[in-house]
Amino acid sequence: MPTIHRRLAAVAAGACVMLALSAAGQDKAMEEIQRYRQMLQEGNPAELMEMNGEALWTTPRGPRGATLERCDLGLGAGKLEGAYAQLPRFFADTGKMQDAESRLVTCMTALQGLSVEEATKNWHRPGSDIEALVTFVATKSKGVKIDVPARHPREAETFAVGEELFFRRSGPLDFSCATCHGQDDKRIRLQELPNLTTAQGAQASMVQWPAYRVSQSAVWTMERRLIDCMRQMRFPDADYLSDAVIALQVYMQSKASGATLEAPGIKR
Amino acid sequence: MNRAARRPLLPTLPRCLLVLGALAALSLPARAGDVSAQAEEVWRKSFSTASPEEWAARLAQDEVNALCSKHRNNPPPEVAARIIELSQAGLALPEDGKLMGDWKEGEKLASIGTGGHIGRIQPDRPGTRQGGNCYACHAIAKKEIAAGNLGPSLTNYAKVRGTSPEAVRYVYAKIYNAQAFVACSSMPRFGHNRWLTPKEIADAVAFLLDPESPVNK
Repeated sequence: MPTIHRRLAAVAAGACVMLALSAAGQDKAMEEIQRYRQMLQEGNPAELMEMNGEALWTTPRGPRGATLERCDLGLGAGKLEGAYAQLPRFFADTGKMQDAESRLVTCMTALQGLSVEEATKNWHRPGSDIEALVTFVATKSKGVKIDVPARHPREAETFAVGEELFFRRSGPLDFSCATCHGQDDKRIRLQELPNLTTAQGAQASMVQWPAYRVSQSAVWTMERRLIDCMRQMRFPDADYLSDAVIALQVYMQSKASGATLEAPGIKR
Repeated sequence: MNRAARRPLLPTLPRCLLVLGALAALSLPARAGDVSAQAEEVWRKSFSTASPEEWAARLAQDEVNALCSKHRNNPPPEVAARIIELSQAGLALPEDGKLMGDWKEGEKLASIGTGGHIGRIQPDRPGTRQGGNCYACHAIAKKEIAAGNLGPSLTNYAKVRGTSPEAVRYVYAKIYNAQAFVACSSMPRFGHNRWLTPKEIADAVAFLLDPESPVNK
């Protein structure tokens, strides 16, 4: 496919730009990184993942030989447009707060008869089913405003828990999320850090997720991103689909509400 | 209307307020203490594969971290005083009394951001050096442009602080436990948490204060 070649060429050219980064000054370096991002934006490799996700959505799979086309992501069975933008939310049928990933797993187990192990297989590796499905589902909310008001009592409660966890310090480096993401205009080395405690900061960041990560050659879901943040904070692995990971997302998505989703985005 | 008919109206008001209050308490988000306990419960259940040792060392909180979390790193004066008191009491100077080490070793340490990653997804390879990663947050030597800004610039640090024994002691103690001076500082408690060894802290002190170090050139 010539489009893929073009994309690969763009990625390669971008890598050259990165290599060509000189010590000509911090601003110059930041500028080049920005330019590199722009080049990638013209051909986001996440589009391939999105196509894989669409195939997984519409192909009969599992012991029940069912597709996911009747999956209810919060707006009704099979209603995909705008659904991702309103997640996480409370689901009465499971009695749980669920994000896109845990809800997709619910659909894969309930509709297709897959086990949770099968549904989440290789979730942290490039090319997993869940990576493709989340990319596909999120893309169906592209251009839609994030809307997580956390009005339902369970949602409000989860928001409060998420906020508490965002500021919770522990570990050998005494980090909390807020250590790096609680102030404006901060950087680790040259990497800019969004202030996720403000609407402006959370919006700028959250509209990009899920995102194609150049350093990983994969689309990372928000769960993948958060669990890796915790790894960098030197915590043990957080459980995939765990309540802490969902509560943190409620906190951030709620803060980001009102911003227009650009998913899938491009990240370092 | 006679008095008997009117009388029950009076106790109705407080009763009514009581019911309203109870309803409000039920429908409002839980009080701060409850949220905190609930968050701890969620946290505990979300790391099911962590060993008891990992839990104790990495996920549980000591008093200082619990206080800073509770006050969102902005403690009221009496809490800040308590944190500083606890942190001062825990300061330990190296047994050999050597507070200034080798600035070249300190410089290396400042750029090493690896070490201490655990878990099954992407742990460090065995033997990975655990660094200070000072450049992640601080501008230090002028030649390193890829410096973070979470912490203040330390460029020309010896010219700012001087190199008196008091300055040397202060810098050692600050790296050992920054909260002995600033309650709820974002800076990791490198010595207190045994992240860096006493020798490594002394090397970092030298990197900052040695007149020959590029920090002061």
